[in-house]
Amino acid sequence: MGKALLEIKGLECVRGDNQLFSELSFSLEGGSLLHVHGPNGSGKTTLLRAIAGLVLPENGEICWNGEATGRQEDDFNRELLYLGHHYGLKFELTGYENLKVFANLSGAEISEHEVEAALTRFGLAHCVELPVKVLSQGQKRRVALARLLLQRSKLWILDEPFVALDVAAVELLLGVIKAHVGDGGMVILTTHQEVAMDAGKLQHLHLGEKPAASMAAQR
Amino acid sequence: MLSALRCIVMRDLTLAMRHRSDVLTTVFFFIIVVSLFPLGVGPDAALLKEMAAGVVWVAALLASMLSLTRLFADDYNDGTLEQLMLVPQPLVLIVLGKVLAHWIISGLPLVLMSPLLGLQFGLEGDELIMLMLTLLIGTPVLSLLGAIGAALTLGLRGGGVLVSLLVLPLYIPVLIFGAGAVTASAAGMGADGHLSLMGAILLLALVLAPWASAAALRISVE
Repeated sequence: MGKALLEIKGLECVRGDNQLFSELSFSLEGGSLLHVHGPNGSGKTTLLRAIAGLVLPENGEICWNGEATGRQEDDFNRELLYLGHHYGLKFELTGYENLKVFANLSGAEISEHEVEAALTRFGLAHCVELPVKVLSQGQKRRVALARLLLQRSKLWILDEPFVALDVAAVELLLGVIKAHVGDGGMVILTTHQEVAMDAGKLQHLHLGEKPAASMAAQR
Repeated sequence: MLSALRCIVMRDLTLAMRHRSDVLTTVFFFIIVVSLFPLGVGPDAALLKEMAAGVVWVAALLASMLSLTRLFADDYNDGTLEQLMLVPQPLVLIVLGKVLAHWIISGLPLVLMSPLLGLQFGLEGDELIMLMLTLLIGTPVLSLLGAIGAALTLGLRGGGVLVSLLVLPLYIPVLIFGAGAVTASAAGMGADGHLSLMGAILLLALVLAPWASAAALRISVE
């Protein structure tokens, strides 16, 4: 067993007056994939946003490398890549420009060639110079996902990453996730789609059930 | 740090260039509002000259309000704002970059247009230069203070009106000293005091406003 990099201790999140979950604890080590299950409204997105630091939890602690994430913002953010429901892309910019902005801001040295290679890998070689607004939903999602290949983040948090993707792209993304986990990376994701995931140490977390059952058995 | 700042500024400027109508609306609004006054007040040269600085300054305040609501709202709606909050750069730096870009897009054109509009009111030589100078020091303050209001009202319904109510009172000191400097210089008195105070306001806003905006953004995005 490796050392747990990400630790969630007694997490409680509230949305409005509605308590989504409480006393949620789990830990994640390098090379593992956490699949968060749960019906609509069970707090999957809130959990992912809380881990990313976008939502302040009501109670509990999120630790990265043994230190609370709130206190080490830039160090944690360097290791984190969060892709949510929104594409997080400027529609007036081209896919290339969008990726370049985030590559520059991530602080890593990323060459133009690497950006193009990432887009090509996601099957977007022909639309490098097109503004994102003329791309289809699936293509937009692919541009957003191309960031996975560029930023060398250790922890990927993916909220419904398979939405709008075609079969080939789903396969591709699964391959990318597998490779990342194989390299010792960590992935937390939610999806309602039936996809065959068998990468590294696969863990399941079920939200929206009785607290006692909230942490299901690991495989 | 500086490369991140430049990256944000360039990104927002590129976006503005692809949406040129947004930039032009602000400038034309400014020109039209200022030009309406001579038509409404009548061709009394002395009166026009007296009110010139006030009119140009109030028009500048209103024009800078126009584009404020979009400062963060576009990024908020398409999810890029939350991504910007997660990059390993201080949020204050990102806010500063966006404010700087906002000033270049909506403040700087006003500064450049102001001498032309001052001529309409019969301002001359030194007064025109003084008008331009006060706007040059004052418009960045408008963008900086406006950013706080824009961040606070992010995601609210009717945020546009609310922003005006929040931010316009904060603009009062800049308005007083900006218009006052031009009037003082037209009356032959020195405007150094006014300009120093405006400079002080600018520095204060530069130090405090990005922090306040960043804190407000964190609350709004949640």
